[in-house]
Amino acid sequence: MASYIGSRLLQAIPVLALIGLLSFALFAYVGDPVTIMLGQDYTDAQRIALVHTLGLDRPFYIQYLRFLWAALHGNFGNSYRIAEPVSTLIAQRAPATLELALTGTFISVLIGIPMGVITGIWPRAAFSRVFMVISLIGVSLPVFLTGILLILLFSVVLGWLPSFGRGSVVHIGAWWTTGLLTVSGLKSLILPATTLALFQMTLIVRLVRAEMLEVLRTDYIKFARARGLKTRAINFGHALKNTLVPVITIIGLQLGGLVAFTLVTETVFQWPGLGLLFVQSVAVADIPVMSAYLMMVGVVFVTINLIVDLLYFAVDPRLRVRRSGGGR
Amino acid sequence: MAALLEVDRLCVEFPTRRGVLRALDHVSLSIAAGEVLGVVGESGAGKSLTGAAIIGLLEPPGRIAKGEIRLEGRRIDNLPPSEMRRLRGRRIGAIFQDPLTTLNPLYTIGRQLVETIQTHLPLSDADARARAVSWLEQVGIPGAADRLFSYPHEFSGGMRQRVVIALALCAEPQLVIADEPTTALDVSVQAQIIALLKRLTREHGTSVMLVTHDMGVIAETADRVAVMYAGRVAELGPVASVIQEPAHPYTAGLMASIPALDRRVTRLAQIDGSMPRLNAMPPGCAFHPRCARAVAQCMAEQPGLMAAGRTEAACWVPVKEALHG
Repeated sequence: MASYIGSRLLQAIPVLALIGLLSFALFAYVGDPVTIMLGQDYTDAQRIALVHTLGLDRPFYIQYLRFLWAALHGNFGNSYRIAEPVSTLIAQRAPATLELALTGTFISVLIGIPMGVITGIWPRAAFSRVFMVISLIGVSLPVFLTGILLILLFSVVLGWLPSFGRGSVVHIGAWWTTGLLTVSGLKSLILPATTLALFQMTLIVRLVRAEMLEVLRTDYIKFARARGLKTRAINFGHALKNTLVPVITIIGLQLGGLVAFTLVTETVFQWPGLGLLFVQSVAVADIPVMSAYLMMVGVVFVTINLIVDLLYFAVDPRLRVRRSGGGR
Repeated sequence: MAALLEVDRLCVEFPTRRGVLRALDHVSLSIAAGEVLGVVGESGAGKSLTGAAIIGLLEPPGRIAKGEIRLEGRRIDNLPPSEMRRLRGRRIGAIFQDPLTTLNPLYTIGRQLVETIQTHLPLSDADARARAVSWLEQVGIPGAADRLFSYPHEFSGGMRQRVVIALALCAEPQLVIADEPTTALDVSVQAQIIALLKRLTREHGTSVMLVTHDMGVIAETADRVAVMYAGRVAELGPVASVIQEPAHPYTAGLMASIPALDRRVTRLAQIDGSMPRLNAMPPGCAFHPRCARAVAQCMAEQPGLMAAGRTEAACWVPVKEALHG
């Protein structure tokens, strides 16, 4: 187990180094920081001096290694736009996005898995068919459209929920802010989280349903029935657990996608998270923010994949044997 | 002796787009307490379907169209699903063909045993666990107490079938339906599993419906045998009589096709043709197109089971002479 985690962490190093290379390449190919920092009037001497101070006259690989070294220490330079350290900007924005993504995923799992099981058990029932049609609509509607429709209904027409922002937040510890502890924070969370959850949920329902249909045909489910086990225990115990490996994989990838790319939802709801920060940074070619963001996305995906792999172990005992004993 | 299980003129049908297919046609058989009934026949003859109908696990859209199934005189084919569920495992157990696929790969065998035991018997966790260990010992799993925590993939095929037998018998059902319990196993293991099944069911007084296409297993294990053909019972009788003096031409052909070790033959006897498909059943006796003895009546009228020699056969012109050897 420990050796497995170790080997996965070792594998993560080249992945992150490669993503670092891409982030670093942004500086070289998108805009010229020297020109941006010098402004309109400068002498050649000033330019050479700045190039030297920034280390841009050193060979490519030295610059890259220096970039990695700085990144390892959480130093991504200053934002061109706001002139604050990029790491601070990201740390300020991360809680909002994490809360949004986790809440969205939580809602989608909470509804999606039971609905997938139910529509898998009774695929021909009327409510299963109705739900599958609705979920097809859910999959095909773009996120910005569902977001706008939700705003129209709940903010404009009914006036129940705020249409933008995060409400008031509470500070926890040095840098974490949460909207989960205030009424306005919770109210603000509902619409964007639902928007994210709708799309995810339909995906989970369809996946769980397809897996359930597969598993319910297996011999061990027939044998469980022949032993007179309770229907509930068979469907939600024996069958559901056997569908979990692919479902965990998808939920993990989706969660990573949400943390990294909630751009549209955060823009529609003006949610002060990483997605919004990224969109604003792209608009003005704020390279340090974009590059640090790219690195962060890499770290998020590597971490989530590691967690997903560990969950496989928890779910499927056959994997544990294959690692330690080399198969049966 | 009153029969434990009676299957009375059972018909199972599958409605399809092109009409209703009758997969079981007036199947009647009975099993006495403690008796082993062998059910033989080729693939598609309806052996497994009969077993599935008895434990109430017909795959939809299959359904019982006619007939009755009675357990100790009480009808069970029309029980509501929840009562039928309580009966499965507790009064009628089942053993399936392939032990590699019949155990849930994600649960330890201890958990699967304890769950089954506690579903049917009001036992505490500790008592259920003790019972699980006792059953693993009875089916011959070495180090039973430790193996509770093993997963199915940690056992060989033969050992897994032992676990399956323990799971089928752990709530001590009165009848166990063993559907080809040795077909998927190595030949060397088959005899052990049959011997184990025989010993355990005798010790616990369990009746067995042994579905197989292996006449050797039947000869060794069964008290009586039912030969099925195209969804009907062709012949029914004590195992020695059916093997030595089959009355139905199909049974006779089946017995003649078994290679004998003491005679040198270049070609095994075979029955020409193949079993009719369900959507193309011939009128009269389903076997007549392949039967050398068929007469006009066979093509017109379907025979029911009737006494013929020492067995009952569904045949208008039963074989009279005993098979040699």
